[in-house]
Amino acid sequence: MIVFLIKRLANAALVMLVVALMAFMIFRFVGDPIQLMVNEQTSQAERDALRERLGLNESVVMQYLRFVGNAVQGDFGISYRNQQEVMSLIAERFPATIELVLMATIISLVVGVPLGVITAIHRRKWYSEALQFVSIIGVSLPSFVIGILLILVFSVMLNIAPAFGRGDVVSIGWWTTGLLTPSGRAALILPSIALSFYQITLVMRLVRAEMLEVLRSDFIKFARARGVPAWRVHYSHALRNCLMPVVTMTAMNIGSLIAFALITETVFQWPGMGLLFIQAVTFVDIPVMAAYLCIVSFIFVALNTLVDITYALIDPRLRNSKA
Amino acid sequence: MTVNLTSPGLLTRIRQSDLWWSFTHQRSAVLAAILLTVLIVSAFTAPLYAPQNPYDPAQLELWNAEIPPIWLEGGQWPYLLGTDTQGRDILSAILYGSRISILIGIASVVLALVIGIGTGLVAGYYGGIVEDALMRVGDILLSIPTILIAILVSAIVRELLPPSLRDVGAGGVLVLAIVLSGWVQYARTVRAQTAVERRKEYVQAAQLLKVPARRIMFRHILPNTLTPILVAATLNFGMAILTEATLSFLGIGMPPSQPSLGTLIRLGNQFLFSGMWWIVLFPVMQLCLLVVSVNLLGDWLRDALNPKLR
Repeated sequence: MIVFLIKRLANAALVMLVVALMAFMIFRFVGDPIQLMVNEQTSQAERDALRERLGLNESVVMQYLRFVGNAVQGDFGISYRNQQEVMSLIAERFPATIELVLMATIISLVVGVPLGVITAIHRRKWYSEALQFVSIIGVSLPSFVIGILLILVFSVMLNIAPAFGRGDVVSIGWWTTGLLTPSGRAALILPSIALSFYQITLVMRLVRAEMLEVLRSDFIKFARARGVPAWRVHYSHALRNCLMPVVTMTAMNIGSLIAFALITETVFQWPGMGLLFIQAVTFVDIPVMAAYLCIVSFIFVALNTLVDITYALIDPRLRNSKA
Repeated sequence: MTVNLTSPGLLTRIRQSDLWWSFTHQRSAVLAAILLTVLIVSAFTAPLYAPQNPYDPAQLELWNAEIPPIWLEGGQWPYLLGTDTQGRDILSAILYGSRISILIGIASVVLALVIGIGTGLVAGYYGGIVEDALMRVGDILLSIPTILIAILVSAIVRELLPPSLRDVGAGGVLVLAIVLSGWVQYARTVRAQTAVERRKEYVQAAQLLKVPARRIMFRHILPNTLTPILVAATLNFGMAILTEATLSFLGIGMPPSQPSLGTLIRLGNQFLFSGMWWIVLFPVMQLCLLVVSVNLLGDWLRDALNPKLR
């Protein structure tokens, strides 16, 4: 088990080093950082001094190692665009993205699991087939399209939900939350639905497939034969055996939800990390881009590693085969 | 008495195949195929009948701006779906925009297929270091969300291009971004299949006959790995169109001078609150029809080619 743990962690660390290398390459090869930081009056001597101070005369390997060292301590340098520490910019935006992603995850489970169960139990009924068809459409709609349609219907036509911003927020320490004010909660509705749409279809299809599998097994037949009521067979006996893959997928998908949130955040002008990243991309604000890449990849890799390790803890067979 | 020994023609072979039977017996697949054909043909023949060439600024007249669709009050012939604030005919813009979206989709899927199949075959056939290296690269690429890779590649390559080339090269940059974020999937599938196939007797027989390795890979093994690849390619065609639209929507894709569907949606999105819903809604609908029809075909293909479901 310890060997597996070490191997898995080493693997994750390797991936993160490569991600850091990619982020570093962006720094090194897209534009000259000196050129971006000075103005026209800066003399050549001052430029050289700055170059020396930033360590740009050292070998590439040394620079990379220092970049990694700084990144581990949460230091990603200073934003080119507004001369603020990148880390404080991101920390400021972090709570907004996390609240959006968690809300979307909750919605996807609350809606997706029952739909999956229903379509599995009554799979020949017209509404199950209709839901199957709708789920294909759900997979085909890009998230920005869902956002635009939601805004068009609920903000422009019906005027019942705000279409942009985060509403009023309350600060708890460094964390800002919109969940405690009415306008904050209202602002969360449309973006979290838009972000959860794709996730709902995934959860629904997964639960349906797993349920169909489980419903064929012997212990379900036995429960039925014993005269256990149908709803208990479905929701207590069968559903419980489907939840493991659902939990896994949900945990693993939080990382990609954070990445996909940048699209939703753009549509709804939601002030999260993703919007910060997209603005950085349009202004070629490289420190912010690099920091975002590292942080999102870190969350992604950390979650995947965690899921793998948990699985190995639960199922000893995986320890040898996967290591 | 003579026996007819000639093999049946291609058309008969298609019509007698299992695939054709399953196709004609699935209504949604037939509908999707018809819809997709109509969309593709209408997009590529657009220059013949579209009322306007939306890329030619000389044809845009400001006094034709903000005309609503023809069935609303104020609608004007020939602007069936209305015009935007520049006087651009929405219908023409959609048709030309679909053409760009479809072309980028096809180009990136074909390129990703070529790279993925090539590396997958070599890795699966030879194994060893090549295989390890490929799997590692794949692991790393898969541990970053694909949309992030696509955005970063697109943003960085654009920045590296000289400004004069940025608009012209936008399509190429998009293809590159989508290919780089998508080829691993093919490579992994082909590698896994090849690793299984290369241990079978027919490959050993070919090796004993001293058939060149390249010929064994491409003529003997490849056809046996194509089924899952075909399904993945169809579904990825839809994904590629979506990725392109997303990048263009975020403002790092096709420029407004040669708009794809995503660019049109981005431009139209600004007028959502001014009551001119047609500027954004029609490109959105076209994009959805396109991707839904591709995905329905892909779904059908996956079920039809899955031996477990027969």
